[in-house]
Amino acid sequence: MSDLRKEVDSLISSGSAAAASLRLAELWRKESGPATAAFLTSRFEQLRDKLALRPCRLAFLRSFTVEPAIPLLRASAFLRGIDLSVHLGDFNAYVQDILDAGSSLYRFAPDAVILAVRTADVAPDLWQEFADLSPEVAGKASRRVGKSFAQWIRAFRERSQAALIVHNLEQPSRPACGVLDAQNESSQAAAIQQINDAIRRAAAEHRGEYVLDYDGLVARNGRLRWKDERKWLTVRMPIAADQLLTLSHEWMRFLAPLTGKIAKALVVDLDNTLWGGVIGEDGMTGIKCDAEYPGAAYQALQRVMLDLSKRGILLAICSKNNPDDAMEALNSHPGMLLRPKHFAAMRINWSDKAQNLREIASELNIGIDSLAFLDDNPVEREQVRAALPEVTLIELPDDPLEYAATLRECAAFERLTLSAEDRQRTAFYTEQRERSEAEQNFQSKEDFYRFLEQEAEIAPVLPATLARIAQLTQKTNQFNLTTRRYTEQQIADMAERPEWQVSSMRVRDRFGDHGLVGVAITHDQGDVCKIDTFLLSCRVIGRTVETALLSYLAECAAARGRRHLSGWFFPTKKNLPAKDFYAQHEFQLEQQTSEGSWWTLDLQRQSIACPDWIKLNVLTGVHN
Amino acid sequence: MTSTAFEQVRGIASDLFAVPSQEITADSSPETIKTWDSIQHLSLVLALEEKFQIQLSPDEIEQMTSIGAIARLLESKLANTPK
Repeated sequence: MSDLRKEVDSLISSGSAAAASLRLAELWRKESGPATAAFLTSRFEQLRDKLALRPCRLAFLRSFTVEPAIPLLRASAFLRGIDLSVHLGDFNAYVQDILDAGSSLYRFAPDAVILAVRTADVAPDLWQEFADLSPEVAGKASRRVGKSFAQWIRAFRERSQAALIVHNLEQPSRPACGVLDAQNESSQAAAIQQINDAIRRAAAEHRGEYVLDYDGLVARNGRLRWKDERKWLTVRMPIAADQLLTLSHEWMRFLAPLTGKIAKALVVDLDNTLWGGVIGEDGMTGIKCDAEYPGAAYQALQRVMLDLSKRGILLAICSKNNPDDAMEALNSHPGMLLRPKHFAAMRINWSDKAQNLREIASELNIGIDSLAFLDDNPVEREQVRAALPEVTLIELPDDPLEYAATLRECAAFERLTLSAEDRQRTAFYTEQRERSEAEQNFQSKEDFYRFLEQEAEIAPVLPATLARIAQLTQKTNQFNLTTRRYTEQQIADMAERPEWQVSSMRVRDRFGDHGLVGVAITHDQGDVCKIDTFLLSCRVIGRTVETALLSYLAECAAARGRRHLSGWFFPTKKNLPAKDFYAQHEFQLEQQTSEGSWWTLDLQRQSIACPDWIKLNVLTGVHN
Repeated sequence: MTSTAFEQVRGIASDLFAVPSQEITADSSPETIKTWDSIQHLSLVLALEEKFQIQLSPDEIEQMTSIGAIARLLESKLANTPK
């Protein structure tokens, strides 16, 4: 038994769960493979009660053996803070499993389902006998398979609200007609592509259904290296042993955003990370960042960072430098793709990086576990790992030419949907900086609120806002009274039920538009209107807009004839900012359990006034 | 059978079958290790292939009846593999 393994076991027996989990991560970095995965999962199972892991139930519907990949997936998931329970459907039973509402699939009550079917199994004629088929017959076969996928995808959504991840179909490594295939309009490649287009369209019609580009995955890793024909013929395992880890990583790229285990901000070092060389020593003309070698490596990395910021990931700087030197390069070096406006926060000083990261998280109003850190210096990375183990560390290789690709591979930046808010997030934070600067000039909070000229716009769920509303329930940790996580599908279902009300709040002020930042979900039961969910994006905490939203809920509930407005507060590690919310609004504490507290407002005797410095607009068509 | 091949197989088997390595001997087999079922046997094959960058044929997989047999098989395979 290796030393690390022994160390893990002795840490477990001495009750040091956090330290054991750090050692397990180190072991995985050193040797990630099937045996280590089995070791990791067995140890995390012993630790699971002591670590705050996010449970996730995952079912596989498949036409081939995926069993050996499961421990690899579970090990990766554990390391990302996810405790996966996995259910495997029987071989090629996926159609029955999907169609039968009483099948073991639905009894398992999955949070997510992966449909992994091989081209050879679902379209054997197109795969094996393509050379025999006339263009008409081949076209028909493509349409038939595409339709089947569309039916399965629809049937699944009718029976379950779980996320569905559909593998698309891989192309053969060599088409049946050889090089001729590329000359033919009705080629084998086109026939399979047509099915993949149908899968993409079908998934797009339903919420919470996503395509995993399995063909792209196989191609990226090499079609000839991916498969293992002999294992397929003997044990129905079509994938080569050394590709199983790659496959499990691809699954993680979906599970990480589905479970909210994502990085919201990327914090970067400057010298030898954002550019080549050291600005304090090499100066403006000495640092490398341009279209040629070696500067091209750094420009490529900046390009990836720009792509990430378009995906709503905030960029920030944490660098040991003289601020003037660094800002000169950021402002005026001709090769830089990134400029100061791209960064939501900067710490350019000589302090400890862990302390700077804490400050950046607090300035951006996100948890430290929402930070990812990119630094070429392994010593800095180790210090951050030791001080802040919850930060996602990007392990940069030695060669700067590999930096860009390494960053692109990081699963913590994957997103499954993109809202308008995501695309504008950096601008929001720049405006936020201006707000804080303005706030300093006011004697009283009220004067500042009046100066802000806030407008709160409350609206029911609209198709355009559904994704954002679900995303807020998934991601909001601080001002969140119940921390209930919902999928888009669940939100849509609630909005359709007459006794439920789903409201969203958009906030604007003189500096700009905060976007959709508040969500309240209530449902009527007897004479009580129960608050199921009440949350506020961290962007607008401390601006009193939560009172505006609550006043609206109280007014509507009273108008519907309810006598009480009530809700739970469930404390978590992170929702301290919401702890006194009900008490501050004069709700009475009625019940206290180990899970939380239950608060009630008597609507016949009390009401809640919207602060007079907030202009409240209620969009028409709002619930009864 | 050298001690290194045996030790490496023993380490992998200990991880996969969740059995302390000191309890695994050359004679350990699916009969003596409860958790060594057909799925775990496949995982063992894949773990060996991944670890040693080799391919095991169906015949070779059938010969993998005990930890000792696996270690001997690995040794002869690795000896014949050009580096």
